[in-house]
Formats: sequence, structure tokens, C-alpha cells
Amino acid sequence: MATEALFGKLTFSAIPFDSPIIMGAVGVSLLLGALVVGLITYHGKWPYLWREWFTSVDHKKIGVMYIVLAWVMLLRGFADAIMMRAQQAMALGATQGYLPPYHYDQIFSAHGTIMIIFVAMPFFIGLMNIIVPLQIGARDVAFPFVNSVSLWLSVFSAMLVMLSLGLGNFSHAGWSGYPPLSETQYSPGPGVDYWIWSLQLGGLGTLMTGINFFVTIIKMRAPGMTLMRMPVFTWTILVTMVLIMLSFPVLTVTLALLTLDRYLGMHFFTNGMGGNLMMFPNLFWIWGHPEVYIVILPAFGIYSEVIATFSRKRLFGYRSMVYASIAIAVLSFGVWLHHFFTMGAGADVNAFFGIATMVIAVPTGVKIFNWLFTMYRGRIEFTTPTLWTLGFIVTFCIGGMTGVLLAVPPADFVLHNTEFLVAHFHNMLIPGALFAYFAGYAYWFPKAFGFRLDETWGKRAFWAWLVGFYLAFMPLYALGFMGMPRRLVYYDDPGWQLYLEVAAFGTLVILLGIIFQITQLIVSIRRRKELRDLTGDPWNGRTLEWSVSSPPPFFNFANIPVVEALDAFTDMKERGVASTHPAEVHSIHMPKNTPAGVAMGGLAFVFGFAMIWHVWWMALAGIFGVLATLIVRAANEHVDYDVPASEVERTLLSLRGQR
Amino acid sequence: MTAQVIGQDDHDPVSNAAFGFWLYIMTDCVLFASIFATFAVLHHNYAGGPTGKDLFNLPEVFAETVFLLISSVAYGFTMLALYRNERGQVLRWLIITALFGLGFIGIEITEFRHLIMAGNGPDRSGFLSAFFTLVGTHGAHVSVGLIWMAVMMFQVMNRGLTIPVKSRLMRLGIFWHFLDVIWICVFTVVYLMGAL
Amino acid sequence: MSGVEWSLLDPKGPIAADEKTLILTAFALMLVVVVPVIFMTFAFAWKYRAGNKAATYAPEWDASAKIEAIIWLVPAVIVVVLSVLVWRSSYALSPYRPIVSTAKPVQVEVVAMGWKWLFIYPDLGIATVNRLEIPTGVPVSFRLTSDSVMGSFFIPRLGGQIYAMAGMQTRLHLVADQPGTYAGLNTQFDGDGFPGMRFDTVATSTQGFDAWVRQVKQSSMALDEGAFKKLEVPSKNNSPEYFSAVEPHLFDHVMHKYMSDMFTETR
Repeated sequence: MATEALFGKLTFSAIPFDSPIIMGAVGVSLLLGALVVGLITYHGKWPYLWREWFTSVDHKKIGVMYIVLAWVMLLRGFADAIMMRAQQAMALGATQGYLPPYHYDQIFSAHGTIMIIFVAMPFFIGLMNIIVPLQIGARDVAFPFVNSVSLWLSVFSAMLVMLSLGLGNFSHAGWSGYPPLSETQYSPGPGVDYWIWSLQLGGLGTLMTGINFFVTIIKMRAPGMTLMRMPVFTWTILVTMVLIMLSFPVLTVTLALLTLDRYLGMHFFTNGMGGNLMMFPNLFWIWGHPEVYIVILPAFGIYSEVIATFSRKRLFGYRSMVYASIAIAVLSFGVWLHHFFTMGAGADVNAFFGIATMVIAVPTGVKIFNWLFTMYRGRIEFTTPTLWTLGFIVTFCIGGMTGVLLAVPPADFVLHNTEFLVAHFHNMLIPGALFAYFAGYAYWFPKAFGFRLDETWGKRAFWAWLVGFYLAFMPLYALGFMGMPRRLVYYDDPGWQLYLEVAAFGTLVILLGIIFQITQLIVSIRRRKELRDLTGDPWNGRTLEWSVSSPPPFFNFANIPVVEALDAFTDMKERGVASTHPAEVHSIHMPKNTPAGVAMGGLAFVFGFAMIWHVWWMALAGIFGVLATLIVRAANEHVDYDVPASEVERTLLSLRGQR
Repeated sequence: MTAQVIGQDDHDPVSNAAFGFWLYIMTDCVLFASIFATFAVLHHNYAGGPTGKDLFNLPEVFAETVFLLISSVAYGFTMLALYRNERGQVLRWLIITALFGLGFIGIEITEFRHLIMAGNGPDRSGFLSAFFTLVGTHGAHVSVGLIWMAVMMFQVMNRGLTIPVKSRLMRLGIFWHFLDVIWICVFTVVYLMGAL
Repeated sequence: MSGVEWSLLDPKGPIAADEKTLILTAFALMLVVVVPVIFMTFAFAWKYRAGNKAATYAPEWDASAKIEAIIWLVPAVIVVVLSVLVWRSSYALSPYRPIVSTAKPVQVEVVAMGWKWLFIYPDLGIATVNRLEIPTGVPVSFRLTSDSVMGSFFIPRLGGQIYAMAGMQTRLHLVADQPGTYAGLNTQFDGDGFPGMRFDTVATSTQGFDAWVRQVKQSSMALDEGAFKKLEVPSKNNSPEYFSAVEPHLFDHVMHKYMSDMFTETR
């Protein structure tokens, strides 16, 4: 049929006109999108955005765009959370709540996928983009163009997830997408394909980022910055990049095999015909468990920076911190089976993986003690980043404890797949990772934009998040002990409802926290003159990012600093050689902006979209477009240029002029 | 550029690119390792369908192997010509490399075609799914390498042996030899162990 | 609050009781580290606040061999103790391990199907859907498989869960030591009908169980090929069904249907 050749499986019926809730969500999303587009158009900012941001290869701008993506997707993922909590709070007995199962199932699948892949990942990758080159005294990353491609792959794969809201549907098979449920036989629609392609394209971007930052950290450190003089945040990023490089190819393969099952009728994970469904959980968690540490280790790095700076003290046990990070990374590859102790492996296998999992608690525990002893005999200032850190330490202990409990196989037999598990991993990911990103956001905001965030609203947001977290997740631990399974759309045990109502209330308190954070941003922008950071070093920082102006010049350092100690900037301040005003400047070699990154991201989106809807000609066009862009880009040998010394001087003066 | 400025410059694009490319090769190793593991799990899941013994035509595969090995040697000569800065020789050896690479792909496509025509396509059994995916992933890599090679021939012709062109040729070489190593594993694990 | 059932803390069988003890023991062991850490966090934060100029301030102090030794050792020791616990309990409470008893175990074959559980009593020649009846004090030996996607079979009051997967057999051994009705469920999300994939487990005396078996034998329904085909159609929120007879080796047939590496099958 001609229409099928032209449009694949895409028809008007793919738009869920009959579902008022979905159409409402689509409407709100479109309205917000239209508002943003309208405002930009009204102010005539498109050329500026294109020139200075979308085509930028400046790691600082790319970092900012990653964080914007993370915030936008956080709002989406959180909207999903509120809907789920509301559903469970009312879904007792015959009422069955307000969401039909098929919709609810998509919401929890989307929530997990979004929060891990499109919130946690871009948030820390954004912070790392802004900070790591500054911390190591580099002018840029190793491959600025690749960095731009990575960003746009992430942005456009997030857009695929958003698109699934109004066109077709998203996966209903959970964020981990276990087959055979995710096979065509049980999930024939485009939902699982949306999940596959958004994860696949985003994952490729992340893999490139992993290589990029590993090379950057290994090869581009300022003279004198030996590995053991690197700031802890940079160390955790280095270790994280290794995890990315070793684990993300496994995700690529896992998704590709499921794709082949679904598109070409192969039999990797199917029931029968020689498929083996147990391979999927194994492969998935060989990626998935390191992935947990990929989002947690950078968080540990942020906490380390924050606690040392605001305790006005050197970090306690720097070496321990480094070795603990490496130990965690190595061990993270040997524990994947604890995600399915209940699959029926032998007692010896279960015991081995249980013990391996517990061993991770040792280096993690050491880190916690190191933070405590950094506070010991310090002069602690309770700024917003400090509060996030303290809230984390206390709450993370509880999460760690429940984690060790789940690592005991026979205990896991009764706790697995219950709300206890849900409470546990939120306990690790919200205080563990998200609080750190919020701390890093408040801590490094002045570096990126030249003014601090309002402290009052920041602290209000912290308290709302902390209280909201306890209210939302402690009841889930209790529900686990009542034997309530996860992913339940309705239930008829009246004993559960009160706990679910408390959890729903907790989510509302968290919502308050998010509203406070938005308020904080607006208030801070309004008061930016008072909050201006004139020194480039608003917190009396210890590492090199504070040695340059806020915001830094686009080339970061007019002269590359020479490092002589750990806490390089503190050392410079003590020796009296810290100055953002070099005596002599030279011309600098910098990469040029390029539209190729955003073009490749956009074409990859076209490809993903076409694959989801089986529009083969468009998929071919998309993939050839990506290839052609790459070839054209490779043909261009003028990808960088010299910034003359006079312009370097002028840029430095203009940044000083803002003070 | 004065010596001092060079000393200050934190970019060494060629060496960064080489290091980055080695890392990419490492990630590709992980990718192939995962597919090999999958093949190991499924290699007896015939689902009543044919086994490796029934299907593999060892002489054909041996020819394939020889083609790829010759192609790899030819690339070695490309690099030697590159060190001598002989543009024409570089081009000539690149063409020879590509021709043998194309031969390899040609044989592979013929093999796949025969299997599918006989009803032994990748949807026949878990074993065949894993077989087609493993061999096909390698083949896809070789094909990308050939496209890359075509682009490089074009660049050598148009631009000559500039520093970026040399750096790319070196990386393409790493890639090409790497695919050889992977093929040796495929040949041993899939074909020899499957057919003998 | 009425009707709150702390299933995991109120076990009705020795396996579940051991699992409860294990959780509480591990929990107590961890509190040895966690409580001091939480206490220290508050204490240090308060004592060394910037406003407290009376507290010692040592900005350069960043290492102490003694403290480092302690902070590596204490968690390590606790993990070693927990590891012993893990090793022993993994064997003792392995779902594959038969329960030692003088009574002859009841065999139950469990098939996870499109949003319902099929229970076959091969020795008794009967079968049920979404209703499990067992005698108290007698070990129950389960074999599990799936005729659909993956399920996870769980009776919280009696002990841990195990996956049921197509083409494979997993094992589980449980025993109830008190009569009563205990909730059983699937914990592995498997699609739209997931919340309805529940069943009551009724534990009664041996006499009561025998009477129940006789009653099921009176049922007019038999689980033949036609009836099984009907069960294979996915359906939600199924009420219990009783079959007075079962096709022999039904469980193995279901399993072998998907075991294509051993069984020849044509497209």
C-alpha cells in the first residue's frame, strides 16, 4: 500500500483524542512550549540562541544546556510521579482510581526512564561540562564538536519521549523493559519502540561523552596537576567515565537485540524458538548496576567539594576518597545479579553476589566517615549546598541500610518487587544523587552566570524536599512490610490506603520544593545586581574553577595555571599568586562554533522517529543525513581559529568591567 | 607561534584523537564481547532448525578470511606509503584494501542470502539470530570502514597528506586491523567450533 | 488504623519466620554503624558551626592514620559478619531446598498465565485457578513455570518469592504451621491485568484439606486441552476455578512448549 510505504504505521488514530487526561497533558506541554517559543520570537532571540548557544562548542554553554534539559525533564518526570501517587492514594477497591491500567503502566515506565536517563544523566553531565575543564586548568574539552553532538543526541532523544505523549504511546513494560513482556507478542504498539530508540540514541551520546571527558581529564590537565592533585569531583568524574565506557556498550547491545526481536522476528529473548529471556535481565543489569554508580559517584564528588569548602578545611582522607571511588567502580561490575536473586540461581551464586554487594558498603561507608571528619574541627557555614549535603548524609545512611538488607538473598526473597524496593532506590537516588546535583547547582551557579542564587528560597526548597522525601518514601518502606507489590494500579487492601495518602501528601510537599526552586531562580535573576559575584570566588573556594572570573572568559584561562598542590587555588591564595589578571597574554587557539552537532542530533531524531513508526524511507534519509553531515564536517579543516592577544586582553577587561 | 605559546597550548589534537580512538576501540570490544556472550548462550538453541554443521561452508568462509587478511596487509602498505609521504602509493594501496574489503562483504552477503532463501534466516532459531547478529555486526563495521575509506581516498586526492588526513588514516588503520582481530574470533568461535 | 497487616512481620510458617529474623538481625547489626554516624552528623554540624568560635579549628588537618584505620575496619568487620549471615542463610533458606519433615510433601505445580495462577496437584489429579489449598504442617513442594511472560510467585506470610518463567522450571518449598487464609500474589509486573493476579492461600488441617480435595473432585469441570486453551486467553480479575481432573503431564507440556533447544518444533 502506498500510504504504508509513505507513513509506515503512522495514522491519525495514533493521537489519543479519546483520552482526556493524555490530551490535557499534551495541551499543557504544547502550551508551555508555545509560550517559550513565542517569547523567544517576540524578543527576537532566535539568531542569538542559534549563534551563541545551539551551535556552541563551548563546554560551559553545553553544560548549561544540559542542565536546562535536566530541569525541564525533571518537571515532566515529577508530573508523572504526582499522577502515580494520586492514583494509588485513591485506587482502593471498586473505585480503581482515575487512571486506566494501560495509562498508569506507561506513566511508571516513563517516570523511571526519564528520571534516570533524562534527568540524572544530563544534570551531572551538565555540571561536569561546566566545571571539570575549569578544575583541571584546561581551556576546553578534548573533542568540543563531539561534545556538541552528545548534547544534541540527549536533547533530541528526550524529545522522542515527549513526543510519545501525544503520538502513539510510551512503553508499558517498566523502565527496565523485561522481555517477553516487551516483545511484539505482548507489546505490539510503538510504546516499547519509543523506549528503545530514546534510550539507544541518548546512550550513544553518553558513550561519546564518556570517551571525551576521559581523554580531557587524562590529557589536558594543567602542568603540575598530577592525578593525586586532582580535585575529588574530577576524580569521581574520571572514574564515572570509565564506568560509562565499559557499561554503555552493553546497553547498546541489549537494546539492539530486543530491537532485532521486535523488528526482524529474531529470537534472543522470546518465549520459545530458542530464545532465552534470562539473558535480558543479566545484560540489562550489567549495564544497569554500574549506571547507578554513574549517577552516584559524581554526586559523591560534589558533596566532597561542598563539604570541604564550607567547613573551611581540607577534605579529610583525600587518598581514601580516591581509592574508595575506584573500589566502588570496580565492584559495581560484580553485583548485577542482586537485581534478580529470585530468578532461581543456586544458593552459592546468590550468596556470592549478595556478599559482593555488601562489600560496596565498605568504601561507601568510608566516604561518609571522611565527610564527617572533614566537618570535624571545621568552621561550618550552613549555606544551601551544605544543607543538601547534611540532609544527604543522614538520609543516605537509611538508604544504605535498606540496601544492605536487600543484598541478603533470603531477605530479598520477601522484599523484592515490593514497595520496600521502590522506597530503597528512591532513597539512594533522591538524597544520594539529586540532592548533590541541587547542591552543585547552587554551588556552581555563580561561576556559570556571575551571580549567586538567593539563599532564603534555596533553604526553603531544601526543607520542603527533605520533609517531602521522608513523607513520600518512609510509608513505602512500611508498605513493603505489608507485602504490597510495586507498579500496582489498584488494590483492595484498605490497610494500605492511609500510607499511600501520606506518600501522596509527601509528593505535594516535594512539589512545594520545586515551586520554591523556580521562585529562587526568578528572584535571583531579579536581584542579580545585589547577588553579583565580583571576585570570581564567592565561597572562598579551594579549586581552580574559582581562580577565574565569574562567568569565566570563553577561553577559561588567559594563561594556563601551574599547579603545585592539592586544592590548587587555596595554595595559590596562600602563596599570594592568585590573580585573574595576568601580566602578559598571548594568542589562544580555540574551536569554532558549528551547526553540525545540532544537525546530527536532529537527523538522529528523524531516524529514531521513523524507526518507531516503521517509515523506512525516512529512517534511511535520517541515517544518511547523519553520515553526510559527518563527512561534510570532516571535509572542513578550518574548525578552529586563533584568538589574538588583543582580543584576549579585551575579553578579560570586559569581564572585569562588569565588576 | 612562539615556542612559549606552543608550550602553553593545552591542545594536542592528533594525540588526543588517537587516544580517544583507542578508547572507542575498547568500547567496541565491550560491544563485541556482549554479542559473543549472547552467541555463547544461544549457540545450541536450534529450535529444531539446522545446526552450524548443516549450514557452514568452510571453504567459503576461509576465502572470506583470506580476503580480509589480505586487505589488512594492504592497509599496512598504505601506512608505509604514508610514512614515505607518497600520495599516489597511499591511494593505490587504499584502493587495493577497499577492493578486498568489498570482496569480503560480497561473500558475506552471498552467504546470508543463501541462508535466508533456504528458510534459515535469523528468525528461524535463537542460534541463527545470534549467528546473523554477531557476523552481521562485524560486517556492518567493515561496511562503515569501507565508507570511511572512500571518504579518505577523496580527501587524499583533494587535499593531499595533510596532518588531519594523516591522523585519520592512522585511526582508520587501527579500526581496520581491529576488525581483523574480531573476525579471527568470529571465524574461530562461530565457524570452526560450530562446524567441526 | 484497622486492617493493617504487617505480613512480613507476622509469619505463619518457619521459612517466613526465619526470613523475618534474618531481616531483624541484619538490621540490628547495621544500626551499630548507622546510629553513631547519624549522631555524629548532627553533633559535628552543631559543634563546629561557623558561629561557635570556641570550638577547635584545624583547617590543615586532613589525615589521621588512626581514624582512617577505624573507618575502613569498622564497616569491614560488620560486612564480614553479615557475609557469614548471607552465606549461611542463602543455603538454609534456598527456595530449592526441601523442607525436612516426617510428613510427605504436597506437590503443587504452578503455571503463571495471562493474569491468573494455575495450580496443579499432580498426585491428586486436580487443579485450581487462583486458589491454593494446603494442609498445615505439611511441606509444600512447588514447581513453577510460565505460559506467558515472567511472573513472580509470592505468599508473604509463608516465605519468599520465586520467578516463574516460560520454558523453565523453578522450585520453591514452603510450609504453613497455622491454619488461615493468606494472600498470595504476583509481584512481577506483567501487563494490564497485573493487579488482579492474586489468590487466597488457605491452610487447613489435613482432614480439612482432604475434604477440600474430595469437594474439588466433585467439580464438573476437567482441565483438558479445550479448557486449557480457554485459560490461555488473557483475562483479568479471575475468580477461583476448580477442576476435578487434569490432563497428565500438563505442566511438562507447558514447559516443553517453550524449550525449543531440546524439543523439535516446526513453524
